[in-house]
Amino acid sequence: MTDALDRPTSILVLGGTSDIALATVRALGSPALRRVVLAARPSPGRDEAVESLGRDGFPGVVAVDFDAAATASHEGLLATAFAEGDLDVVLVAFGVLGDQQDFEDDPDLAVAAAQVNYVGAMSVCLRSARHLTDQGHGTLVVLSSVAGERARRSNFVYGSTKAGLDSLASGLADALHGTGAHVLVVRPGFVRTGMTSHLEPAPLSVTADQVADAVVSGLHRGSTVVYVPAAMRVVMSGLRHLPRSVFRRLPI
Amino acid sequence: MVATTPPTLLTGWGLTMPSRAQLVDAASVDDVVTAVTSAGPRGVLARGAGRSYGDAAQNGGGVVLDLSALSGVELLDDGDVVAGAGAMLSDVVALLLGRGRFLPVTPGTRFITVAGAVAADVHGKNHHVDGSFGAHVRWVDLVTADGTVRRLDRSGPPEDVALLDATIGGMGLTGVLTAVRFATIASPTAFVRVQTCRAPDLDSLMSLMVDDDAFRYSVAWVDGMARGARLGRGVLTRGDHAQPHDVPAGSLGAATMTPGAPTFEVPRIPFSPLNRLSLAAFNEMWFRKAPRSRDDELVRLAPFFYPLDAVGGWNRLYGRRGFLQYQFAVPDSGGEVVRTSLERLAGMGAPSFLSVLKRVGPGRPESPLSFPIAGWTLAIDVPARTPGLATVLDDLDEQVIAAGGRLYLAKDSRAVPATIAAGYPGLSAFRAIRSDVDPSGVFVSDLSRRLQL
Repeated sequence: MTDALDRPTSILVLGGTSDIALATVRALGSPALRRVVLAARPSPGRDEAVESLGRDGFPGVVAVDFDAAATASHEGLLATAFAEGDLDVVLVAFGVLGDQQDFEDDPDLAVAAAQVNYVGAMSVCLRSARHLTDQGHGTLVVLSSVAGERARRSNFVYGSTKAGLDSLASGLADALHGTGAHVLVVRPGFVRTGMTSHLEPAPLSVTADQVADAVVSGLHRGSTVVYVPAAMRVVMSGLRHLPRSVFRRLPI
Repeated sequence: MVATTPPTLLTGWGLTMPSRAQLVDAASVDDVVTAVTSAGPRGVLARGAGRSYGDAAQNGGGVVLDLSALSGVELLDDGDVVAGAGAMLSDVVALLLGRGRFLPVTPGTRFITVAGAVAADVHGKNHHVDGSFGAHVRWVDLVTADGTVRRLDRSGPPEDVALLDATIGGMGLTGVLTAVRFATIASPTAFVRVQTCRAPDLDSLMSLMVDDDAFRYSVAWVDGMARGARLGRGVLTRGDHAQPHDVPAGSLGAATMTPGAPTFEVPRIPFSPLNRLSLAAFNEMWFRKAPRSRDDELVRLAPFFYPLDAVGGWNRLYGRRGFLQYQFAVPDSGGEVVRTSLERLAGMGAPSFLSVLKRVGPGRPESPLSFPIAGWTLAIDVPARTPGLATVLDDLDEQVIAAGGRLYLAKDSRAVPATIAAGYPGLSAFRAIRSDVDPSGVFVSDLSRRLQL
């Protein structure tokens, strides 16, 4: 149970080694937090994440094997995680960015990205929602992206996967209204992380810590959607309404 | 047939941390037995009037029993009351007053249930003299996890007495109470003879309270927002039931109290009118309107015991984000923690009203989760939205524990398991009794899960 001061006692991170995921766990850290489950593929990065959280005094940090594309394994993983105790926050933080040109050259790569970003995320979101409803409380935090708001020439495959995920999460938020479970959709702009280190930062770019802080304040306020930075909400509102002929020519 | 309603979001009085549960109206003890024996994986919990502040009366995903149908109240010839679990203290008081009697112990609201009074082992302004509610319980009927209805009598076999004592203060985790028999006291008039003293700072207030033992009732309101030299200034009111010769002829027949609704209901408003300015002004006014010193004032029972009951839904004044009440008890040697708490909370400018300081008499070590321990107790309301509150309260927890004190489970909404375990050395004994009578963990609450009770 998240306490009266909005401090979770337990967090499940799906995609538990991403920069944003770890920053969010750290931002949600408090004496109340006693269980952190990092679900990710086995890797040195995952071991390092468990160790570094432990070093920083986080109790009860464990890693479990999770493959976002292997949807058949998701139910077992989630059932086990919830059976071991209530989960106050489930953070869906996995995704692949890919390269637009590669996707167009090899559509199999695009399909694989969609399997992770959309299909895999849909699988864990719907299943987590059921478990959260069954326990009568908890928040599903879904990392979407402003890239999903309007497809851009430069990354519309990635954008379309996030568009699908964002629609799913937004609809789920309405479906869960009144169940005690909540959905928080997080729409960051360009985040400077390991996943984007090869790219030139876009305007209004943010750090993983800023995304984490936005998640914390979204949980405080009980928001359904947060943009990071907050100004991105206005920017995207403008971009959404630009005529296509203008939008296409924008250098974004 | 057990009536069920659609799953419902429940919160405590602080309006924080909602969870959804299946509310089941139990019309009879048989209904309670049915609900207990058919419990699902998320278990069962009885809920009284929902006046605990945090998550004590919630059971997310499970069944929450509403026992308001079990509301019978009977006054026996020997002055004892037998009441259904769901009977409100307001109904009991209404019955008792006409017969010249009163509750042995009452908290600051009469809108709680009899079973809730037992489960939280509530205390009142007479704790330093009369102990907590549990001290006056003769027997309870408890539906245990195996579906049996057990009458646990104070004069019964030791295992029954042990379970009765664990149930007193046990927060509903030993089973479902369905009926309670408890003693009452004489209240020959509808009045309390009150002495009021105004204390300009905490030292003078606390030294005034040292001779509380001369009074049956005593409580101090403290200005939780006053700082510096005025830190801890307060108004101490003490008294006892007025005797017929204290009361002017003609007033004697008026020994009544309405059991029903409050006189004023707080409307649903989207924002909180309580802020630093309005509450500082309120506290100033409350302090100034009290006489510097006054003896032998006759005050009616309702405004003396239940000043806030006149305002229905006052918890909504704190707005959508809700509030919490921080209440701890410390032994006399830990009196400094009272000062530190007021300093820290006033220092962060948290808007707070009606902080309450009280002397506490000996506790009930035989009731492992009963809150009171001899010394002091302080209760402070704070809006949940107050920035930096978590850190300040975590620090205060450490000082309370270091002083040999503890937090009140009926008020808690943010403590951590280690703080509760350190404050309640009887917790392991409580767990042993619970695993004995409820080995599969039928009785659970959001509180018990959060605090790993």
